[in-house]
Amino acid sequence: MIELSEVRKAYNQGKPNEFWALRGIDLRLSLKAVTVFMGPSGSGKTTLLTMIGGLARPTSGRVRLMERDISSLPEKFLTDIRRRTFGFVFQSFNLLKGMTALENVMIPAYPLGLPHEALRKRALEMLDLLGMAAKAESKAEWLSGGEAQRVAIARALINDPDVIIADEPTANLDGQLAEQFLEIMAELKARGKTLLMTSHDPRIRKAAVVDGIVWMQDGQIASSD
Amino acid sequence: MKIYLRRQLNLLEFTLSSLLRRKGKNLALLVVFSAIVFMLASALLYSHALRREAAILLKDAPELVIQKMVGGRHDLLPQANLAKLAEVRGITQIHGRLWGYLFDPIAAANYTVMVPQTNPPEPGFAIIGEGISGARGAEPGDQLSFKSHDGGLLTFRVAQVIAYESALATSDLFLVNEDDYRRLYGIAPGLFTDAVAKVRNPREVGKAAEKIAELLPDSRIVLRDEILRTYESVFDWREGLLLVLLTGAVLAFAIFAWEKASGLSAEERREIGILKAVGWETGDILLMKMWEGGVMSLSAFLIGYLLAYLHVFYLGAPLFEPVLKGWATMYPAFRPTPFIDGFQVATLLILTVLPYLAATVVPIWRAAIIDPDQVMR
Repeated sequence: MIELSEVRKAYNQGKPNEFWALRGIDLRLSLKAVTVFMGPSGSGKTTLLTMIGGLARPTSGRVRLMERDISSLPEKFLTDIRRRTFGFVFQSFNLLKGMTALENVMIPAYPLGLPHEALRKRALEMLDLLGMAAKAESKAEWLSGGEAQRVAIARALINDPDVIIADEPTANLDGQLAEQFLEIMAELKARGKTLLMTSHDPRIRKAAVVDGIVWMQDGQIASSD
Repeated sequence: MKIYLRRQLNLLEFTLSSLLRRKGKNLALLVVFSAIVFMLASALLYSHALRREAAILLKDAPELVIQKMVGGRHDLLPQANLAKLAEVRGITQIHGRLWGYLFDPIAAANYTVMVPQTNPPEPGFAIIGEGISGARGAEPGDQLSFKSHDGGLLTFRVAQVIAYESALATSDLFLVNEDDYRRLYGIAPGLFTDAVAKVRNPREVGKAAEKIAELLPDSRIVLRDEILRTYESVFDWREGLLLVLLTGAVLAFAIFAWEKASGLSAEERREIGILKAVGWETGDILLMKMWEGGVMSLSAFLIGYLLAYLHVFYLGAPLFEPVLKGWATMYPAFRPTPFIDGFQVATLLILTVLPYLAATVVPIWRAAIIDPDQVMR
C-alpha cells in the first residue's frame, strides 16, 4: 500500500513566485494495480508522482510506502529505496545520447556493484523482454520514439522494482505504439508490478489494464474511481 | 570489499564512456592540460639536467683557483707567486693557467681561449670546440685568423675539433700553444691569468685557502664548492623565473577548469538529473566526476611528462634552452643525460593534478546536488 496524508508541495516558497503544486493530498493506492492520474496541465499530476517516487519531498504531509514513512528519510536511504523500489519512465524518455541502448539500460544498476558481465546479461534480458535485443548496440539517438520508450522501460525494470512510475508515457507515441505500450503494461501487471502513470490520453483511460483513475484539479484530487 | 571495488570499476567504465561521448570537448581540454604539464616538466627536467652536468664537470676541477687582485679587479699573476704557493703545506700541485676571451666579429661570438696543461697544439695550430667549428665552418686543416692585441693578424690552422660528448664545456673553446697565446694577448712570459692548486686532504681545502690568503694578501681564492654553489644559484634563479612565469599558466588553467566545471551545460545537468532519478546517489555522481577529473588530469600528466622527457633528453630542449642555459651567443649543442628524479615527479604531479582536481571539485559538488525531480518537470 502507498499512502499519502495531507501532502502539500510548494515551489519557490517564500518568494514572490511561490507556487503550490499540491494542496493537501490524501490518497491510498493499491499495489499490483495500474493507477492513472489524469487532469489538465498544471493540476499537479507529475508533482504527485515525484513525491510518491521519492524524487522530491513534500513541503508538508507524509508519504508512506508499505507502512514506512519515506518523506523524511535522509537522502542516502531515500535514494536506496528509489533505486530498489521504483522504476521511472519519463515523458521524453531521457535516454543518454551517445550511449547504446544496452548501456542506457545498465545505468541504474552501475552503483550496485554487480559484476560487469552479470549487469550486461541482465540488461540484455530486459531488452529482450521488450523485443529490443536486436537494437542493443544502437545509439540512443538512432532509435525511433517507440524504440526509445521500450529502452526506457527496460531501464526502469533493470533493478526489478515493485513500482513503475511513468509520466505521460504515450504523449510522444502514435496509436499503434500506444497500443503496444498498453500491452507491455498488461504484461508487467501480470508479473505483479504496480504501475502509476500520468496521462492526458483517452486511450489510456479506456484501457482494460487500468484499475483506477485519479482525477486532479489545481493541486487537489477532484475524484477517483 | 569486492562489491566496493566492482562498484568503482562500474563507475570508471561509465566515466570512460561519458568522456568518449564528448570527444571534441575533452580532447581540447586534454591538449591544453598536456601543454601546461609539458612546459613545466621541460623546465624542471632541463634545469635539473644542467645542474647535474655542472656537478659532473666540476667533479674533476681543481679544488682551489688563486687570482691576483689589483684595485679590486682580477690582474695577472707573476711566476714568483706560484713559487710561494708551492711552499704552502698541504698543497700537492700548483700551476699557472693562461686563458681569456676572444671576440670573433665574423661569428659575432666570444670564444674562450685556453692553453691546455697537457698535449697543447703545435705552434700555429688550434684545437677548437664544435660550436666554433659550426659557426665558422672550420674543419681540421682549415685556417682561422684573428686580430692580436697590437692589431696584427694571427692565423691558426685547425688541428682538431673537440668531440660532441663534452659540448657543454667545450663548445666555444679555442685551445692554443703558450707562445701563440702570449702573442695573441701580449702577455709577457712569467705572467699567468691565474693559478690552480690541488690539496692533499680534501677536508683541509679551507685551511689551505686561509694559509694562501695570509701568504698572498692581494689574492682572491675561489673554492670548487663555491663555483658549484654559484652554478646552483644561477640555475635556481633561472628555473625560478621560468616557473613563476609558468605558474601564471597553471593558474589560468585552473580558472579555465573551474569555469568548465561550474558552467556545466544544460545537457550535462539534465544527465546528472537522470542519473539521480534512476537511483544514483550524490556520492556516486561525485565519484564519477572525480574519476573523470582523475582520468583527464593523470592522462594529461603522463602525456605532458613523456613529451617533456623527449623534448629535453632527445631534442635538447630547444624551447627553453635560451632561458635556462644563459647569455652566451654560442650555445653548445648540449643533450643532457636522461634522468628522472622521483621527488621532482611528485612535485610536478602536485603542481598540476591537484590544482585541477581542487578547481573542479566545488562546481562538481554543486552540480551533483541537483534535485532529481528536475528531470520530471
